[in-house]
Amino acid sequence: MVENRITDETMEYVGILAKLKLSQEEKEQAKKDMEKILDYIDKLNELDTDGVEPMSHAFDLHNVFREDRVENENQRDQMLSNAPEEKNGSFVVPKTVES
Amino acid sequence: MRKEYETVIGLEVHVELATKTKIFCSCSTEFGGEPNTHTCPVCTGMPGALPVLNKQVVEYAAAVGLATHCTITQVHKFDRKNYFYPDNPQNYQISQLYLPICRDGYVEIELSGENDQKPEGNPGTENTARTENTSGAENNSGAENISGTEIDRAMRKKIGIHEIHMEEDAGKLVHDDWSDCSFVDYNRSGVPLIEIVSEPDMRSAEEVIAYLEKLRMIIQYLGASDCKLNEGSMRADVNISVREVGAEEFGTRTEMKNLNSFKAIARAIEAERERQIDLIEAGEAVIQETRRWDDEKEYSYAMRSKEDAKDYRYFPEPDLVPVVISDEWLQKIKDSLPEFQTEKLSRYLKEYEIPLYDAKIITGHKKLADIFEAASELCKKPKKVSNWLMVETMRLLKEEEMDPEDLTFSPKNLAGLIELTEKGIINSTVAKEVFEKIFHQDVDPEQYVEEHGLKMVTDDGVLLQTIEKILQENPKSVEDYRKGKEKAIGYLVGQTMKAMRGKADPAKVSQILKEKL
Ligand SMILES: [Zn+2]
Repeated sequence: MVENRITDETMEYVGILAKLKLSQEEKEQAKKDMEKILDYIDKLNELDTDGVEPMSHAFDLHNVFREDRVENENQRDQMLSNAPEEKNGSFVVPKTVES
Repeated sequence: MRKEYETVIGLEVHVELATKTKIFCSCSTEFGGEPNTHTCPVCTGMPGALPVLNKQVVEYAAAVGLATHCTITQVHKFDRKNYFYPDNPQNYQISQLYLPICRDGYVEIELSGENDQKPEGNPGTENTARTENTSGAENNSGAENISGTEIDRAMRKKIGIHEIHMEEDAGKLVHDDWSDCSFVDYNRSGVPLIEIVSEPDMRSAEEVIAYLEKLRMIIQYLGASDCKLNEGSMRADVNISVREVGAEEFGTRTEMKNLNSFKAIARAIEAERERQIDLIEAGEAVIQETRRWDDEKEYSYAMRSKEDAKDYRYFPEPDLVPVVISDEWLQKIKDSLPEFQTEKLSRYLKEYEIPLYDAKIITGHKKLADIFEAASELCKKPKKVSNWLMVETMRLLKEEEMDPEDLTFSPKNLAGLIELTEKGIINSTVAKEVFEKIFHQDVDPEQYVEEHGLKMVTDDGVLLQTIEKILQENPKSVEDYRKGKEKAIGYLVGQTMKAMRGKADPAKVSQILKEKL
């Protein structure tokens, strides 16, 4: 039995953030999946991590840099070849106006 | 009666760094290319593409931090800021939230001291007249003390910098008026930015503009950016709230966007202050929101936040490893910091005999200082160079509504022009005309003067002949002069100059005329 509950409001909110429109059925399934994930996180939280630095990388690397030199040629055609739609060298998207 | 309010302002300033390539890929940052010609899998957010950090970005960001008295975070990291918008192809922006590269700095601004909007006892403001900035004036007898009173009255104030972090710029959306489409150009996507977040330390539009001008000057001196507000290489978002004078708590703030000039910033601050006070006076609440300024209508409106909950779900960027700035590297960056305005100013007063006022204006803009130094080096006439910059250059800049940073003429041509006038090859009227050509088209003055036949006529024969003719044609003026009407000579000089088509030395003309009469 799951410990965590995903409310309808949380489901709605997560849907907005992810820009997903889900059917009622899908929502119920997603809720169950997320509850399971949260339970698993609770399990991980049982570990004592006091004094342990949060890890963001699996490898102990730092300072991987590029020099500031232009190396890329114009490869527009290749870039646009993946676009669902293109016009005059631009990617075409549904009208998006910040207002 | 309306209560007394004070405005509390904090700024988020984005500055595009002057690197040759983008922050995470080797695409060019060059401005104005055809859409999407400076793109690659990284900056168009193709799955599987991996970012690699441009070292120069770290160095510029650290240099700006050092120049603004920040503490450099020697171990810092990048984070992902998640949001959906077509100008952001990865659906996240790589930025820094948890460990920004710089923290806790300040810049010192200079105010006129006649700021009536500022309530008394504003902490952080003190009248520290005659500080180090003016020390150069006292040991330089050659400097006119024009700005003595101005300096006496100047107030200095420290504006705190909360943090500076590195991030990537977004692409550009162009909207099609005739269809239901927008076009996306990712040439700007991935261009390196630093965001400079101030503390809410400013209390008026004047302080905000002084702060922005100071920041711009520092960054231009570093060569880290050209900081053009009108072209978007420097952008300011202004957070504004008001509170009753004496109140401890800040009021609810709004964030103002779309401010493309200092004038727009000043107007937007005034309007937003009034809007918020009106709300408070009417017993209504100020809503925390982002507003967009329309400078033509001088009005702002709340930006629809519709489905856009401001929840960016930041997490550590897994594709980039931490950056460690060693003590040695940090020292190297410190050592490479250029001479800043204050040092330049006192050096100018010592090295070149130019007035304090001129030195202040010239060192106030990196571009002017660069032109001044290079042209002075070439023609060895710093006073003349200063004069051309202070008078004609300023006049033309104002006329064209340009910034000193927009100047494109070469110091060589200005120096050349000064030499032509010094040698008496052209007179001052012609010189002004030629300077306008240099200003606009950077023409070679010698060649221009040659091609347009503007050289002064040095052949005295021609000049004498002309003068004789003028004297014959103007018996009335001749008579007036002989009767003691000194002014008549001015008319005769003018007529002679006109006949010579400006190519004579007016002083010489006047002298010959006097001799003749
Ligand atoms: Zn790229």
